[in-house]
Amino acid sequence: MRRTVTFRLVVDPVRCDGFGHCAELAPELVTLDEWGYPVMQAEAFPQSDRELHRSAQLAVRGCPRQALALQKIISA
Amino acid sequence: MTLELTTRRVLANHLDHPKNLAEHESDFGPINRLAITIDVLRESGITGRGGAAFPTAKKVEFLLQQRRATRYVVVNAMEGEPAAHKDRMLLATNPHLVLDGAMVLANLLNADSVIICIAREHVTTITQVKAAIAQRGAKRLQGPSFEVQTPPGRYVAGEESALVHWLNSNETLPQYRATRPSILQIGRGGVLLDNAETHANVGLIARHGAEWFRSVGTAARPGTTVTSVTGNGKALVVEVPYGTPIRSILSDAGIEYEPRALLLGGYGGTWLDGKHLDVGFDDDSLRPFSAGTGAGVIMALPHASCGVAECARIVDYMACESARQCGPCAFGLPAMADDLNALASGRGATQSLSRLLHLSEVIEGRGACRHPDGVIRFVRTALSVFAEDFNHHAAGHPCPFARGPRISYIPHQSDVKDLEWE
Ligand code: SF4
Ligand code: SF4
Repeated sequence: MRRTVTFRLVVDPVRCDGFGHCAELAPELVTLDEWGYPVMQAEAFPQSDRELHRSAQLAVRGCPRQALALQKIISA
Repeated sequence: MTLELTTRRVLANHLDHPKNLAEHESDFGPINRLAITIDVLRESGITGRGGAAFPTAKKVEFLLQQRRATRYVVVNAMEGEPAAHKDRMLLATNPHLVLDGAMVLANLLNADSVIICIAREHVTTITQVKAAIAQRGAKRLQGPSFEVQTPPGRYVAGEESALVHWLNSNETLPQYRATRPSILQIGRGGVLLDNAETHANVGLIARHGAEWFRSVGTAARPGTTVTSVTGNGKALVVEVPYGTPIRSILSDAGIEYEPRALLLGGYGGTWLDGKHLDVGFDDDSLRPFSAGTGAGVIMALPHASCGVAECARIVDYMACESARQCGPCAFGLPAMADDLNALASGRGATQSLSRLLHLSEVIEGRGACRHPDGVIRFVRTALSVFAEDFNHHAAGHPCPFARGPRISYIPHQSDVKDLEWE
C-alpha cells in the first residue's frame, strides 16, 4: 500500500488582514477576491512539485500576519 | 408562546410554571446518577439537537479517550436563532430534566462541574434555571456542581467554539480550527457541549433505557424533536417524533393555512417549497430536497407574502450578526444583503441574481465558523424555491406583497452598526 502525500496552502481567516502579499508570493496558489482577501487553490499539490512547494513556503514566511500554513495531507 | 399537545416526552405534563424538584420527581420518578452507561447511550442512538446532529455517544467516547484531569459538561441553551424558542420552553417546563441529563453525563465523564449557558437577555430563563439549581442544593453533595453563565445573546454566541471561548476569556468570537472535529477546552479541561434538549433526552434515557428511546422517531434520528413553529404572528413549540410529516406538525401548531414555502432549521437553514408538506421532518427525508431540520425550526411563509423580501430582511440581519473577524464573511454577507435588497425593491437588474450566485461560490467555506455557509445555504435554496419570484423582481416587477408587512421576526438591532463584541 502506497501512501500519497500532498500539500495545500491554508489560511486562518481570523488572522488574515487581506493585504494580499501571499498572492504576489505564490500567484499559482492564491488569487484575491474582490475585497482583497486570499482564495486558496482548492486542489492539493503533490510533494514532487518543488516549484509550488517553494512558492507556498515563501508565502507562509512572507505573510505579515502569520496567517498561512502548509497543510500536509496523507492519504492511504 | 403556547404549548400544543402531541407526543410529549421532554415537554411532558406541562404546568403553568417550571416544575420544582418534587413535581419533577413525581412526574418522572427518581434518577440514579449512575444510571447511564456509555453502552446505553450508544444503543439509544441519540444525536445532538442543536443542529449538527452528531451522535452524543461519539462525543463522550472521544472525550473519554483523552487523558484529562478535568472535564466539564456544558449545556448550550443560548438559542441565538431568532426563529427558535424551544430551549426556553423546555427550561420553563422541565428544567430538572435538563439538569438530570447533564448530571448523568458528568458522572459518565467524571466531570465535577456542569455549566449552563443562557443568553443574558433571556432573564426569565436564567431565573428559572437558577431556582431549579437551588432546589437541588442538598443533592449537590454527591453530584457535579451546577453553574449558570450568561454570555451576550448574539447569533454566533451559541456556536460551540465561540461559547467555549467566552467561557475561557469572555469574548463571544468563533475560533479558527484548522482541523475538525476540534477539541473544545476550558483551561486544560475537556468539554462536552450539548444542546439543552439533548441533555433533557439523556435524562429520560437514564430512566427508561435505550429501547424505550428508540421506540419513536426514525432509525437514523430516534426520539422526538422539540420544534419551534412560527407563522402569521404565532410562535409555538411542539414536540413530535422525528419523521412526522410537516403537515401534521403545522396542524399541531395550529397553523391552518397552506404555506407558500417553509423555512426549516433557522435563519442559516433551508427553504422548502410549500408543496412538499407531506415530507417527514427528519434529515433523511429532507435531504432529497436539499433541506434539513437544523436546530428544529419551521417558519411557515403564507401565500400573501414576498419570499424575496423576507430573504433580504433575514440576510440583512445575518450580515449584521457576522462577528466581522473574517474578510469573506464581513464583506461578503453585506454584499449579498445589498443584492437581495435591490432585488426585493425591484431595483435589481438580472446582474444581482448572477452576482448572488457568484458571491455564494466565492464566500463558501472561507469563514472561521459556518455562519457564512449557513447564509449561503439559505440563499441558494431561496433562489430555487422562489425562482419565479426572483425572476419577476429582477425584471423590475415585484409582487404587491413586497411592500406589505414582513412575517419573519428580527430582533431589535438599533445598536447594530457599532456592535461591541464581548
Ligand atoms: S499575506 Fe497573510 S495577511 Fe496578507 S492576505 Fe495573505 S494570508 Fe492574509
Ligand atoms: S465566519 Fe463570520 S461569523 Fe464566523 S468567525 Fe468569521 S467573521 Fe465571525
